[in-house]
Amino acid sequence: MEGSVPLAHAWVLAIVLFGLGLAGLLARRNLVFMLMSVEIMLNAAGLAFITAGARWGQADGQIMFILILTLAAAEVSVGLALILQLFYRSASVDADSARSLRD
Amino acid sequence: MAALLWIVPALPLLGFLLLFLAGGRASRLVTAIIGVGSTALAALLTLALAAWFLHAGQPIVRATLWQWIGVGGFTAPIGFELDALSLVMTLVITFVGFLIHLYSSEFMQHDDGYGRFFCYMNLFVASMLILVLADNLLLLFLGWEGVGLCSYLLIGFWYRDAANGRAARKAFIVTRVGDTAFMIGLLLLATHLGTLDIAALMERAQSAWPAGSALPTAAAALLLGGAVGKSAQLPLQTWLPDAMAGPTPVSALIHAATMVTAGVYLIARTHTLFNLAPSVQLALTLIGAATLLLAAFSALAQHDLKRILAYSTMSQIGYMFLALGVGAWTAAIFHFMTHAFFKALLFLAAGAVIMRIDDEHDIFRMGGLKRELPVAFWSFLIGAASLAALPLVTAGFYSKDMILWGAWNSGPRGPILWGAGLLGALLTPIYIFRAVFVVFFGERHTAPSGRYGARIVIPLALLSALALTAGFVDMPPALGNVTAFSRLLDPILPARQEVPTAASTEAAVMVIAALTALLGVGIAWWIYGRRAAAPARLFGTRPALALRRFWLCGWGFDWLYDCLLVRPFLWLARINRADGVDAFYGLIAAASRLFNRLLSRTESGRLRRYAGWIAAGSLAAIAIAMFA
Amino acid sequence: MTGLFYLAAAVAVIATALVVTRANAVHALLYLIVSLLAVAVVFYALGAPFAAALEVIIYAGAIMVLFVFVVMMLNLGPEAAGQERRWMSPGIWVGPALLSAVLIGELLYLLVSGALGAPNHAAAAIPGGAMRAAIEPRQVGMLLFGPYLLAVELGSMLLLAGLVGAYHLGRERAAEHG
Repeated sequence: MEGSVPLAHAWVLAIVLFGLGLAGLLARRNLVFMLMSVEIMLNAAGLAFITAGARWGQADGQIMFILILTLAAAEVSVGLALILQLFYRSASVDADSARSLRD
Repeated sequence: MAALLWIVPALPLLGFLLLFLAGGRASRLVTAIIGVGSTALAALLTLALAAWFLHAGQPIVRATLWQWIGVGGFTAPIGFELDALSLVMTLVITFVGFLIHLYSSEFMQHDDGYGRFFCYMNLFVASMLILVLADNLLLLFLGWEGVGLCSYLLIGFWYRDAANGRAARKAFIVTRVGDTAFMIGLLLLATHLGTLDIAALMERAQSAWPAGSALPTAAAALLLGGAVGKSAQLPLQTWLPDAMAGPTPVSALIHAATMVTAGVYLIARTHTLFNLAPSVQLALTLIGAATLLLAAFSALAQHDLKRILAYSTMSQIGYMFLALGVGAWTAAIFHFMTHAFFKALLFLAAGAVIMRIDDEHDIFRMGGLKRELPVAFWSFLIGAASLAALPLVTAGFYSKDMILWGAWNSGPRGPILWGAGLLGALLTPIYIFRAVFVVFFGERHTAPSGRYGARIVIPLALLSALALTAGFVDMPPALGNVTAFSRLLDPILPARQEVPTAASTEAAVMVIAALTALLGVGIAWWIYGRRAAAPARLFGTRPALALRRFWLCGWGFDWLYDCLLVRPFLWLARINRADGVDAFYGLIAAASRLFNRLLSRTESGRLRRYAGWIAAGSLAAIAIAMFA
Repeated sequence: MTGLFYLAAAVAVIATALVVTRANAVHALLYLIVSLLAVAVVFYALGAPFAAALEVIIYAGAIMVLFVFVVMMLNLGPEAAGQERRWMSPGIWVGPALLSAVLIGELLYLLVSGALGAPNHAAAAIPGGAMRAAIEPRQVGMLLFGPYLLAVELGSMLLLAGLVGAYHLGRERAAEHG
């Protein structure tokens, strides 16, 4: 429905959610949690786009959101598949344990 | 005919190239034909050119081949110039060169490096011809460096013996000091006068620079430095005695007849510049006088036959420098010509002796060789007579007389210089006839073996003839006043203003010189020929022995330079062994390695760290976008 | 409507904060679903009902379910939770918190300073007191299959690639079965 929601506040919300997601990505060691944090960040970005679309009264924001959604879906499936592979090989989902690609 | 001028240096150069490409694989016969043939053809062509030149009557003939350097207004062509001076030089170089090449085709017959020898010798002749025929100083310098290179290559010809290599290096390094001075002089002339073409240079120097001012003095002094190095005069004379390590034909050609006279040629060529710098002319005179005496005394004490001749060369070039210094240009060139003949003759005769007695060089181990080696004896005797300037019959007499007269006549200092020259003229017959008497008379210590071929005898005979007759082209007034040589060179080397003196003074000077020469021969006979007892006792005393040691090592110059220059330099090299300057570049490499180590630590393989860096990077990017 | 917005925003922030700090994976996932639903409400309040519906159906309904499936497959039991708690020492939060704070600060600054094109003008209601019109799905559809057709096709290719990749990578190979 309609709304006279202050758009700046919506962007603030997006920024805060993005920051929380970033903190979670950097702080957690479990790969599943890291992927969840990535999802949070993508979601926040989508929120920003929707807000932008509302600002101009156009549907383009929602289109971008749909594309982000598509991207998130593909990325989650591949990411989870990789986590599964890692788990099969080393029985752990610790991000720090997978560091053979070092100098 | 002028267009053929370039062929004269090109023929030996072609010989060099052919022998170089053959790489020692050609047979002895082919090598000799190419090596000797190229110089023979060059000599023939020079004779033809001389005939044409003398008839054509033009004083200067030029042939420019192409432009060598053209940058920023300065040009230097490859061009040759034939005038009386370069004609005389070219005739001597090609003719004496041909005779020495012929001689060495037999002398070096049994040597492994036969091809290499003729290769280098041809290159030398080509470079020397370029030097004397060049019409600009830059091309002259090319020839100058070329002869220096060949001198190095030929002194160290028998490279397997390290001592020869040392002697070659010593020659090269000492002459390098002179060459550096020469180069700086060239730069000075080029920057101030805008050209190095000799004729234009002399003209501009005369019009632009007042006599005695700083610039011509500096330029002349620098050119003098180059000449001193190449001609083995004080203070750069230490290399010549050691250069006798090379084969005897090399000593004959390079270190007697031609290369060491390059300095004399240079000064004669640029005499206009030297006229503008009287202080440099004085220095030239003093250097000449000092060297001629120093070398004469040193020659008295030597016992290696070739070293006697080396010091003798040094002394005679001192005479030429003396002549140049007092402005008697023609006398210097006349003495150059006669010296080339008799000194080459002496060296070739010495070589002839040495090759027959199994390479023995010490004269006190020779003796009594007059009967067995008549060819060598007569050649050496004629050469010695010409060197000693025995009156009337030898070429050396006329040229030395011209120099002594020029010295006497040169102003207030004249008699002193004449006195020095006269003292040298006394010592010269003493040391050379000492060699004659010790080697060819007395009892035999080493028996000779083998025999001479025609290729040894013919050059000796021809040079003997020249050593006797070459002086007749210019005879003093008291003896017939033949001035053919002076007239030939007059357009190029104008006679200097003479202090008017009575004809009787000139005759008296000549007679005194003649008597001095005979006196010297007499002294030598009394000490070494008759082996009188009194001199032997005198020579045994302590002061005499010390003096002999002092003269034997060339007045201690080697020791002096060792202390002053060589030891400090080696000390510096030793303390800088770690190469402090290189450490700076090592620092760059070390810094690079340090950064590598630091940055590799970021490649830890940890995913979260990478994510953190990406986040930090994007923060920085946003910050820059915000505030920039 | 604005009240609904603020309420949903608060829920979303709190739920997200809880997501990143839970030790149990399933708990975290459930909180994440709550967060996504709250964000869907925010979309609705902003006049994007179609996006709200998509958020619920696809994001919360499919992607999160995928997460749940994989977590179940990994069978991370209580010892995993204990491991998580051990890993999450307070000290571990310093760096990330700092980075996030700086990022949030920068973005807020950009927002407020008008570098993003004066959003505050749009914050006020349309003059005359009229409400912002919601954007109908019809508009979205017309735009999607009109100018953005190429993007749709590319998106479908991306999904195909993701499908194939996930299938291949998720296979349990007989030799390395752990």
